[in-house]
Amino acid sequence: MTHFTHIQVQNEDFDFAAEYQKLRDSSNSDGAIVTFVGLVRDTNLEQDVTGLFLEHYPAMTKKSLQQIVEQARQRWPVGSVTIIHRVGQLNVSEQIVFVGVTSEHRQAAYHANEFIMDYLKTQAPFWKKESTTQGDKWIEAKQNDHQQAKKWE
Amino acid sequence: MLTVLFFGQLKELLNTTELKIEGEYQTVAELRQQLQKKGENWQEFLAHGRALVAVNQTMSNEQSVLSDNDEVAFFPPVTGG
Repeated sequence: MTHFTHIQVQNEDFDFAAEYQKLRDSSNSDGAIVTFVGLVRDTNLEQDVTGLFLEHYPAMTKKSLQQIVEQARQRWPVGSVTIIHRVGQLNVSEQIVFVGVTSEHRQAAYHANEFIMDYLKTQAPFWKKESTTQGDKWIEAKQNDHQQAKKWE
Repeated sequence: MLTVLFFGQLKELLNTTELKIEGEYQTVAELRQQLQKKGENWQEFLAHGRALVAVNQTMSNEQSVLSDNDEVAFFPPVTGG
């Protein structure tokens, strides 16, 4: 078994257990797997969310995520990495994104996973549009996300 | 000829998905300035700071150099994840 980087951008839902198993199968020397899943929430800024549309820049998304993974690999001794980001129309409580990282010891996996999410949130070309009971609304980038990303500089 | 793309809410605000631009533009700044002349909406929504830019699918900045046949994309701050 060898370490891999697996990046997928798709509308279809992903199977968390299957993705975890692939990461697990990729090495016998990795003692840690850290995973993150992002979900569609039912409220945002006190409005009831009824759905979410994820727009993206197709030619750039995979490239951008690959660059983020490369940066994580330069900083930490990471084993396998999987990023799956869904696009298109999603319902409340659906899965949006999966980030899984393996490493020999837990520090690298924890840090790299957080780093990848912080950079994905500020650099990867996706845009969310919410449908609410009061109409459609594009989500605005959060100052907090940029501050989180800055801590890695 | 440059291909210029627009994404996210910017696409709606400018009512434009794609433009083909002739002419020589040395940097992103020059191109942005020229596009902003298209009208009040363009002046406002394409402003540096409001619209990010990528050249050939890589995040860029105002000083980024442009070559013929480059693909330039303008878009709001990203909100994925």
